[in-house]
Amino acid sequence: MLFPRKFQSLAVVSTLCVLLVAGCSRNPSPAEQGSITIVGSTSVQPVSEVLAEKFMQLHPGVRINVQGGGSTAGITSVQSGAAEIGASSRELKSSEKNLHETVIALDGIAVVVHPRNPVSSISLGDIRRIYAGQVTNWSELGGPDAQITAVTREAGSGTRGAFEEIVMGADKIADSVIVQDSTGAVRTTVSQDPNAIGYISLASVNQEVKPLAFEGVMPSPQTVRAGTYRVSRPFIYVTKEPPTGLVKAYIDFVLGPDGQRIVEAEGLIPVRSHE
Amino acid sequence: MSPRTEERLVKVVLWAVAAVVITILLSIVVHVMVRGIPSVNLTFLTEMPRRMGKEGGISTVLAGTLYVVTLSLFFATPIGVAAAVYLAEYARESRLVSAIRFSIESLAGIPSIIFGLFGFVFFVLYLRMGWSIISGALTLALMILPTIVRTTEESLKAVPSSYKEGSLALGATRLQTIFKMAIPSALPGILTGILLGTGRAVGETAAVLLTAGSSALSLPRTIKDPARTLAVHLFILSHEGISMEKAYATATVLIVSILALNSLTTSLLTRFRQRLMQ
Amino acid sequence: MPASISHPATSKAKLQALRKKPVRKYLSLEMAVPGVFLLSASIVMAAVAVISLFVFRSGIPLIQKVGLVSFLTGRTWDPSAGIYGILPMLTGSLLVTITALVLGVPVALAGAVFLSEFAPITVAVVLRRCIELLAGIPSVVYGFFGVIVLLPLLRQIFGGSGFSVLAGAIVLAIMILPTVLSVSLEAIKTVPQEYREGSLALGATHWQTIKGVVLPAARSGIFASFILGMGRALGETMAVIMVVGNTTRMPRSLLDPVRTLTANVVIEMKYATGDHQQALFATGIVLFLFIMALNFAARLTFANSRRSK
Repeated sequence: MLFPRKFQSLAVVSTLCVLLVAGCSRNPSPAEQGSITIVGSTSVQPVSEVLAEKFMQLHPGVRINVQGGGSTAGITSVQSGAAEIGASSRELKSSEKNLHETVIALDGIAVVVHPRNPVSSISLGDIRRIYAGQVTNWSELGGPDAQITAVTREAGSGTRGAFEEIVMGADKIADSVIVQDSTGAVRTTVSQDPNAIGYISLASVNQEVKPLAFEGVMPSPQTVRAGTYRVSRPFIYVTKEPPTGLVKAYIDFVLGPDGQRIVEAEGLIPVRSHE
Repeated sequence: MSPRTEERLVKVVLWAVAAVVITILLSIVVHVMVRGIPSVNLTFLTEMPRRMGKEGGISTVLAGTLYVVTLSLFFATPIGVAAAVYLAEYARESRLVSAIRFSIESLAGIPSIIFGLFGFVFFVLYLRMGWSIISGALTLALMILPTIVRTTEESLKAVPSSYKEGSLALGATRLQTIFKMAIPSALPGILTGILLGTGRAVGETAAVLLTAGSSALSLPRTIKDPARTLAVHLFILSHEGISMEKAYATATVLIVSILALNSLTTSLLTRFRQRLMQ
Repeated sequence: MPASISHPATSKAKLQALRKKPVRKYLSLEMAVPGVFLLSASIVMAAVAVISLFVFRSGIPLIQKVGLVSFLTGRTWDPSAGIYGILPMLTGSLLVTITALVLGVPVALAGAVFLSEFAPITVAVVLRRCIELLAGIPSVVYGFFGVIVLLPLLRQIFGGSGFSVLAGAIVLAIMILPTVLSVSLEAIKTVPQEYREGSLALGATHWQTIKGVVLPAARSGIFASFILGMGRALGETMAVIMVVGNTTRMPRSLLDPVRTLTANVVIEMKYATGDHQQALFATGIVLFLFIMALNFAARLTFANSRRSK
């Protein structure tokens, strides 16, 4: 035994006290109070968290909980009243159109490969053939003689939905394509496998992976905004009814200059000009 | 091959296997710790996570873990111990008892993702508890219940029947015997069960993610608030590719706390055993 | 005097009351508290019932719609086209689990024999602590380790993407090691010392004794440990998702990527709606029934072992 028993229990008790005090010490300012729960897409979660942090700084009495769970979880919980705002990274289905939606940002979808891959540009037809399982070797695209590891997102994901609609068209993604269920997982796979290709949110592109020019256009907030880079999808806040009160205050903040500046800083494309 | 050489060969093989097992274990732990320890410091433990955990620390995550796990023990322990007392001291072989036993084994075998699905549909949506500490704690309580029941029952059964007979012979009622005699003697086993359950609750991801939510922006104030536990935080950090550095640091904290729980279990056990011997 | 007559009567009544009251109290407590115990035990039963009810209620409609046979034997899983067949996932789960058992069980069993029969006491203590620790590491950490260390290794050896049945099986083999090892260790330890002494006295070597006497005597406990390990492997989610590649095609070799039943649920639940969501619950039902059947098998072997002793 390192410490006498008394000290052990003392340490445990004091740790508990510290945590309890930490939990109770907050003094909400009386001015604006209340709480909002945002549930939904894990792609929207990072920007929502930063927006919520900033909003809570400006309104100390307000609590915002930001949760993942997926677009569907977000929409379901708004319908059932479990959350005030649902975050969706896919367009609403026709059965969900009775909800009120606010597009808060656009997100480009970048096709990425390993940084050592010599290929730097790809055409729509080539991507389509890769994901349909018709092109399986990099040598067919001017790369090394190596088998292509194509990585896709899971069925139902907003990123996949946009990719299928804009890139795949009528073709189906082959069932031999590796499936990863998050942006991070796709990026990790591509960054570790020199022969991999994947598609991820433009905001998540970092130096571990290399974005490809698509039909000759490099993905960037500017090209997405200008409409020359075509693979993008909206980030949507869903509410049961047109927002009122605190929820309205928050969404107004998100669409306002401060909010849209944060959106841009996170690598997304703002929907309102804030200059 | 002569039995002698065979014996020698087997010994070599078994030592080798043991060495391989230890190497695998150590390489996993060392791999994580080496990358994690440099980022673990007081600031990391006491600061709130910012930008989904890319910056800042894990204070709200620690608090969330503490709240969710403590509350789940609060539900699971009394029920688990009472159920075990029933099975060890009262139950006779009947259809009801074998149904109860079968339920306990089934509950122990249900994968955590099913608990997660159930907790989400039942507590979060059906009972309208939302993503909250209470939903997470109730789901976890169901998950760790079998562990507590099993270990408690085993340790109650291990209490020598001569003790119980002595107590009954002295005129104590059955209930008095249970509360004054059987439970105190079985206490180390019961504590082990609780600590094992705690370990499982602390390390659980899928079930907590679906029921307690994953919000970590502020300290939870009531049991209706959502919370993020260490395991969920680690999952989000690594899976969403937010920050490997913070992921390793969180994994280190998680492994160290589980190590601490294990040592606590062992030291409690030895202490009680010594006391019983005296 | 009436008082002198009434006095003993009242005192007698009082005495009776005094005697009866605590006894009755005790009696009622003696009966009520076990009721509470039974109630607690029944909560477990109720929990299993409610869990089954809710999971089944959310998945059965789709199975009815698609048909049980085509749900179980369909080779195509394409939610966007409304085609739900889980044969690839069913195969995937079984393939990954069986490979994991083939890899993990011999090691675990060898470890158990080593710990109980050969290891010096200090080594045994250290090893047991390590194995407890291994059991306590959250599955995410294993998956993490698999992605960073195992996948690149497999890629180097076999080429391809590394995502494979084999990768999942190796991670699972490590994960079920503690369970299988500890349970079979317990089984080996409960073999009476006299058996060993008898065998050694007859001139058998230590290993012959273990092979011919100890392991056969502990076989039902050891078998139960396999089943527990199998249950754990079938039910594991987070670590597996990260290394198996999650494709929905039928695997043809151990180096092909696969998707397991658990992975199917977790991966698609986030964005699924309507039929798709029900299909995932239905996948959960299949998994649930599978594991219940395994538990039943484990229970039968335990019962047999008790009877044979």
